[in-house]
Amino acid sequence: MTETDRIEKQVLLRAPRSRVWRALTDADEFGAWFRVKLEGPFRAGAAVRGRITYPGYEHVTMEMQIERIEPERLFSYRWHPYAVEAGVDYSGEPTTLVEFRLEEATGGTLLTVVESGFDQLPSARRAEAFRMNEGGWAEQMVNIERHVAPA
Amino acid sequence: MSRQLRVARAGVASAAPVFAALGDETRLQLVVRLCTEGPLTIVDLTAGAPVTRQAVTKHLHALAAAGLVRCKPGGRQRQRIWELEPRRLQQARQYLERISQKWDGALERLKVFVEE
Repeated sequence: MTETDRIEKQVLLRAPRSRVWRALTDADEFGAWFRVKLEGPFRAGAAVRGRITYPGYEHVTMEMQIERIEPERLFSYRWHPYAVEAGVDYSGEPTTLVEFRLEEATGGTLLTVVESGFDQLPSARRAEAFRMNEGGWAEQMVNIERHVAPA
Repeated sequence: MSRQLRVARAGVASAAPVFAALGDETRLQLVVRLCTEGPLTIVDLTAGAPVTRQAVTKHLHALAAAGLVRCKPGGRQRQRIWELEPRRLQQARQYLERISQKWDGALERLKVFVEE
């Protein structure tokens, strides 16, 4: 696995593990922070579709193929990352795997997110996926800045 | 279109050939060797590769076309020396970094969601 194949993130959430688990695996709660309106619950082995609610991307439908649900420990799914262009059939392309892992930590829950499989994607798709999402970066950076700035 | 968006699109257009050039095991190995061992001659590079010298030369030219490596004269027996063009690799890393920022945004929203 190369440096360009995966993204790994770790964040300490000041909330009990059960609370974080619900936010990840209850489809309505997941949709609230991820900004997607999902059509059904998450079940291992099942596909779930949803409509993005993020401003400017409301025309986009995403599909998650749920892989593993191991209570309060691991939640994983496959999807087509940044499959946001209307009228393009992404179904024949490789997917990336997203894994959320939860661990008990002092003061809350340690969440690790790994998305892997980027090296399998066609390079043209990676470039395009990046381009389509670029509009959202500036706004998200402002959100982060606001969040981390001292109150 | 904002200036920021124009800059980003130009960045993608130039990043795509870098990923294409790196998407081959032999070429990636050559880049890794130049990265860890510094500038090397064709002889050095062929010694550690499971392919012929002609094949290594061909791969190096493909990497050079993508702007990832460059060669200069002056090695042993006047052989050319190959070295990394560090700026291009940096662009490839920046590309993934931007995808990574999307996750930062989502996780920030999750943090607010579970901590409130």
